[in-house]
Amino acid sequence: MSVAVWSWTPEVWWTLFGHFLALSLMSIGGAITLVPDMHRRLVQDGALLSDADFTGAIALAQAAPGPNVLFVALMGWYAGGMGGALVSMVGIMLPSTTLALAVSRWVSVRRHWLGVRAFQAGMTPVTVGLLLATGWHLMPPLGGQPRAWGLAVAVALLVWQTRVRLIWLVLAGAALGALGIV
Amino acid sequence: MRELFVAFTLLALQGFGGVIAVAQRELCERRRWLDAREFVDLLASAQVLPGPNVCNLSLMVGDRFFGWRGALTALAGMILAPMALMLALAWGLSEAAALPQAQGLIRGALGGIAAVAAGQIIGTVLKLAAPLREHELGWPACLGLAALALTLVVHWHWPLVHVLLSLGGLACCVSYALLRHRAASSPPGPQA
Repeated sequence: MSVAVWSWTPEVWWTLFGHFLALSLMSIGGAITLVPDMHRRLVQDGALLSDADFTGAIALAQAAPGPNVLFVALMGWYAGGMGGALVSMVGIMLPSTTLALAVSRWVSVRRHWLGVRAFQAGMTPVTVGLLLATGWHLMPPLGGQPRAWGLAVAVALLVWQTRVRLIWLVLAGAALGALGIV
Repeated sequence: MRELFVAFTLLALQGFGGVIAVAQRELCERRRWLDAREFVDLLASAQVLPGPNVCNLSLMVGDRFFGWRGALTALAGMILAPMALMLALAWGLSEAAALPQAQGLIRGALGGIAAVAAGQIIGTVLKLAAPLREHELGWPACLGLAALALTLVVHWHWPLVHVLLSLGGLACCVSYALLRHRAASSPPGPQA
């Protein structure tokens, strides 16, 4: 786990950059869907980082604030320090960002086309279902951790029905967790 | 532009365990930059494109207000500060690894945050489902599609791409036929 923060390892950086650049355009539904592929490339074939660092990066990025894609920066960090984190992030973001911007412009100019409207109308309910699946996967197990499960359900109801600041819920969750209550 | 950057930085920093819940709260309810239907529509596009969907969403919102510079500003706001914070956190944790008590506390706190994050996403989805009542396909069909997408992923472990291609493609085709039928039966007057 000890990272040489300012290590100068350009060859590792190039490898990381290449891997994430190649993965970027496959990351439909978020970079998290590429975890099995990343594991094969970085841990099994490349031996760039250890198994523990790999899973640790994902867990930390899930809990820490910010988009979950930052786990890519953490993997880069464990493999190649600060430079590794930066090149990995640029690699994973550059192609997908360029494409997303181009497509969204193309779409917004043609917002009133029948095909575009049909596409958005058709995708919306499916998106809602898929998001629900994401939440479902993150739910603590009812059997193993009933109190954590109850907390998640209570939070869902509060978010749905009230306008309580989300950050308070997060702090409450952290406090309850640290005290060993959930 | 600065407001855009600050807005997305604040939003990202509040997003523990995923940013979608906070993004909906901030963009729709507090700042009112988007209404709920626009938010879901953008999210639908963001979901189909490669790349993290909240990042794609921030690009689209930024682009809408200030063009490509706005898009980059929003994306930078979304990523820079959280990335710095996370690397600091990773460094701090590797230092704290020497203290077993601190580790137990941190692990407990992370577990609590994870439970809250799951609840936040589910609560947000329930909110996002509200505009589907006025959806072109009708409320029951939307509920059915959403439930089917959920079941395919959770129960049958379909990869997300397959669900998007098959179920999403089917829904798009049906919507297309429906919209064309309506446009043909009532030529004047744009529908929402």
